[in-house]
Order: sequence, then structure tokens, then C-alpha cells
Amino acid sequence: MNKREGSALTGLKVIWLKEMQDYAGNIRMIILMLLIILTAGASMYVAAQTLRSFVGEDSFMLLNLFTISQDPIPSFLSFISFLVPLTGIALGFDAINSEFQNRTLGRVLSQPIYRDVLLFGKALGAVSAMAIILLALWLLVIGCAMLFLGVPPSGEQIARAFAFYVVTLLYALLWYLVGMMFSIIFRQSAVSALVAIALWLFFMIFWPMISQLLAYAFGGGDSFQTAKLEVVLGRISPYRLYTESALAILNPSTRSLGVVLFSQLQGAIMGSALPFGQSMLLIWPHFTAFLATIILLFAIAYVLFQRKEIRM
Amino acid sequence: MGNEIVLSVSHLSKQYRKGVKAVDDLSFSLKEGEIFGLLGPNGSGKTTTILMLLGLLESTEGTVEVLGHNPFRTPLVVKRQVGYMPDAIGFYEYMTAYENLDYTARFLGLDANEREKRIKASIAKMRLTDRMHDKVKTYSHGMKRRLGLAELLVKEPRIAILDEPTQGLDPQSIREFLSLITSLRDSEGMTFLLSSHQLDEVQSVCDRVGLFSRGKLISFGSVDALGEEHFGKEVLIDLQAEGKDDLELLLKKQKGVIGVDRQGDNHYLVTASEDIRPILAQQVFSAGCNLTSLEMKKHSLNEIYQLAYKEASNE
Repeated sequence: MNKREGSALTGLKVIWLKEMQDYAGNIRMIILMLLIILTAGASMYVAAQTLRSFVGEDSFMLLNLFTISQDPIPSFLSFISFLVPLTGIALGFDAINSEFQNRTLGRVLSQPIYRDVLLFGKALGAVSAMAIILLALWLLVIGCAMLFLGVPPSGEQIARAFAFYVVTLLYALLWYLVGMMFSIIFRQSAVSALVAIALWLFFMIFWPMISQLLAYAFGGGDSFQTAKLEVVLGRISPYRLYTESALAILNPSTRSLGVVLFSQLQGAIMGSALPFGQSMLLIWPHFTAFLATIILLFAIAYVLFQRKEIRM
Repeated sequence: MGNEIVLSVSHLSKQYRKGVKAVDDLSFSLKEGEIFGLLGPNGSGKTTTILMLLGLLESTEGTVEVLGHNPFRTPLVVKRQVGYMPDAIGFYEYMTAYENLDYTARFLGLDANEREKRIKASIAKMRLTDRMHDKVKTYSHGMKRRLGLAELLVKEPRIAILDEPTQGLDPQSIREFLSLITSLRDSEGMTFLLSSHQLDEVQSVCDRVGLFSRGKLISFGSVDALGEEHFGKEVLIDLQAEGKDDLELLLKKQKGVIGVDRQGDNHYLVTASEDIRPILAQQVFSAGCNLTSLEMKKHSLNEIYQLAYKEASNE
């Protein structure tokens, strides 16, 4: 078998930097950032107001900022779980087909680079852009927490908030790759955007209903089996994987994410917090599922792009 | 034109999964400093051939060698020395011309100074200096074509492949563009491969042409050689003379004249077995007429293509 000549990553930095530069001035990106900051800011403010009265009583004040809501404003976590997939899709839905539409693909690929570098560079650019946005948001939350509550976060809270940041980034990357994959399949960016959004809505709204129906249908009348099946089927949805992971990270008293029998709870001190390591063990399967889905989506996108006819 | 073969194609074929043969048993070679025209109607396999030359598409059969390398196995070496301007050229419209060229120049691994020097020089050659910091979305189609050629020059390639370079250009811009290509060949010693469906436009600059039909090369050589191959040695002489109503009979009587076609009151197209212009001139003067024009006309590439296509279809 012939080995590749030169580095497989030749030109990666050039594409990566260009993509980052594009995102920095992109109106789409600016609108999304404003939307995230506004909505997250509102929920943070409400949460901070609620938490002020509990200062000193709760050792996980910072983490509560992410999860506490007050009608009519949902929690920061709810906003993020809604807006992050949108951000991912918004960055990915025209990643490749825009190059076809602008007729730039032939020009770029005739430069001394391998074809797959374009895909790597675009994904890397998007990940970096999303990582920067989420990091800014993460720092903003921690800063606000200290400002509003006047209590510095503990090391464990920082570690948990960071784990939440990593999981959120993976969730965003997953939806970016969905958008990018559709941008390879469909030549029209409107179609790829629509299909990606439809898939996101399907997993967020319809899949929980469908998984329940399927669990009832195939649960065999046993309520425990039905509940277990519903959990398994429900976790096919990245939305559920994400919300469960976030819950386990941000709420240290979460002891299980699946179905638990009363007999299994014997001896447990209800309401006590799990150590950080134990919470991470709880979400490890979710984390692995995220990574596996991301790798799978990228592999599909890679194969589709490599087989794609580059002429217009 | 040098003698070194810089590009050779041997029995190249490309068959798509649906069984469509886009390119069928294609063989030709290019010498250094040559301008070669790959000509044929749309859908005849020209772009597919070009993509295989660049290593952007794998052939089903046959071999391609560009500057001694297989473009599919060692694409980076080939792409570093071959410039390509696609038929549907596009730029990032929100970026300036300079930024667009700088982006692709970065792939060449040049340092910032060298990039700037090359980009400015290329843009100047294409007479776009005063617009180089304008966004490409403000450029006309012709300017984008010139920018495409500027981008190609930044690479300083040994071979330039231009796919339908005159497409969408007005006649004046086509003349300008083709003269640019000729001057680049003369000044930089570049080898050009032009693909076009506008046969007569590019024939003026091509040293040799390959006529394409349904993925096959149906004729190959210089335009003169192809004319001779398909029309024999007969020549067309365009003659215009004033002073007598009808010269047709007189012209027909001359030795070597095969036929005379009257084009207008004083305008005749003479088909002869050889170049008999001196004899015709003498006869026109003897008849007391004023000779206003006498020139040899070549068979147009379009005529040659039509005949070659007919002959290929009959085989």
C-alpha cells in the first residue's frame, strides 16, 4: 500500500485559522452569542436573586446558579441545552455545500493539500470557535457568581463546572457534525439546515414520546422492564444524554441516572452529595456515548466527502 | 517550445458507477512551453480529464504523469507545480482580492514577505492593483477570471490548466485574456492546457489541439495539420476586386481552381488545389480590375471539428 506523501496535515493550520476568522466576524455567530448572553444572563440573574437568601446554607451555590429557575424564566441549563445544538447546527449546516455554492472548492483543493484536511480544518475551526464562546460564558457565570453571591467557588465546584463545560462542548460538536454531514449530503444549504433542525427537534420533542410508546409496547407488561427499556431507548437521543450528564455533574446529590429499586437504596443517605469522581463515573457511559457518536458522525462525513464528486 | 514532455496521458479512462464512460482510452502528451487546447462540446469529458490530471479524481484505467509524478499517488508534488483555474471559478466574496490570494498562497508554505511580493506582482500583471483591496463581491465576471489567473501566477506553476477560461467573457475580454496567456507563455515559459467548447476563440493561441467527443479524442495536432488531415491540401482564397461585374467565370478557368463561391458583389471565395494567389492576382489585373483583398483563409476549427466528428461517427 502506498504511503501518503508529505504530512497528512499540510494546510490544516491555514484552513483552521481562516475558519476561526470567518466565525469571528460572522453575523450568524454574533446573533447567536447575543442570544446566549441575553437568555443566560436573565436566568443567571434570577437564579442569583433566589440564591442570595441561601448563602452559607448550601456548599454548591455556584452549581445551583446553573440549575435554579423561577417562573417564567427557565434555568441556565435549559437555555443552554436548547441553544447549544442550534449554535452547532448554525455553524455546520453550510460548512461544505457553501464551498460548492461559492465555487471555491475546486480552487482550494487544487492547492497542495489533501482533500480531508479541508474537513478537519473546518471541524477544528468550529470546535475552537464554540470552545471560546462556551469558555467565555463559563467564565462569565463564575464571575457573576462571585459578584452576586460574594462567595468564592470551591475547587470541586470549579471542577464540576469545568466538566459541565466539556460535556456542553461535546454536545455542541455533535450537532455541528450533524450539520456538517448534511452539508455534504445536500447541495442546498437551506435543505441541510432544515434537515438538521428537523433531526434536532425530533430527538428533543418526539423521541421521548416515541421511546415511551415503544417501551410500553415491548416492555411485556412488567413495569420495571418497561421503565428500563424506556431509559435505554430514551438515551438514543443526544438531548437526553446531555441533560442527564448535566444533572449528574451540576447536582452532586444525583446518585443514579437509571431505574433504581427500593432495595438498592437501602443504606443510602438521601440528599448527601457524591464526590466529584463518583459523579464522573455516573456519567462515564454518557461521555463515552458522546465521543462514540462524534467519531461515528465524523467518520460518515469523512467517507461521504472523500467520495464526493468535486465538480460543480 | 521545449522538447521536454511535462505531461503525458496514456490510455486514460474514467467510468462512473452507473456505467457512463466519461473518458475513453485517452492518450496525449504536452511539451514544455506549449499551449494545448482540449476542445469539445460541453459534457465531452474535458473537465473529468482535467480533474484526473490534478489527482482530484481517480482514473478507472490508464496512467497520467505530470512532471514525472503520478498526480493521484503524489498529489502534493503535482499540485505545487500545477496551477488550476476551474470553469466555474469562485472566490470568498466577503474577502478582498488580496485576502483571497493570500489564503491560497499560504498553502504553498511561503513566508509573509514572499507572499506579499508574489501577490502584488501577479495582481499587477492582471491590471487589478487599484482594486486589490476591494471585496471580490464588487468584481465583474471578467475581473474574477483575471483574479483567477493572478492566483495561478502566485503559485509560479510550470503547468497551468485553465478549464473554460473564456466562458462568460465578452469578445474584447476574450481577446485580452488569450493575449495574456500567450504573453505569459512567452515571458514565464509556462505550459498551458486550455479546455474550451468555444473552438474558434481559442484556436488562435493553441500550438496544438485535441478534439474531444463523448470522452474520446477524435483528432489531435496543430490546427493546420488537422485542416490538412480532414480537408486535404485544398486551400481557400478570399478575393475582393472592383472594376468588373462578374469575375466568377474568369476565376473558374484558372488552373488549380476547384470552385468559386461568390460571397457578394465584388467578393469571391476560391477553393484551389494549392496556393495560386499570384496567378489570381495577375488575372484580376489583366482583366482591368482593382484588387482590394487577397488572402488565404484557413479552415476554422469549428469546420474541422464538424468533419472530424462526422468521420468519427461513421467509423
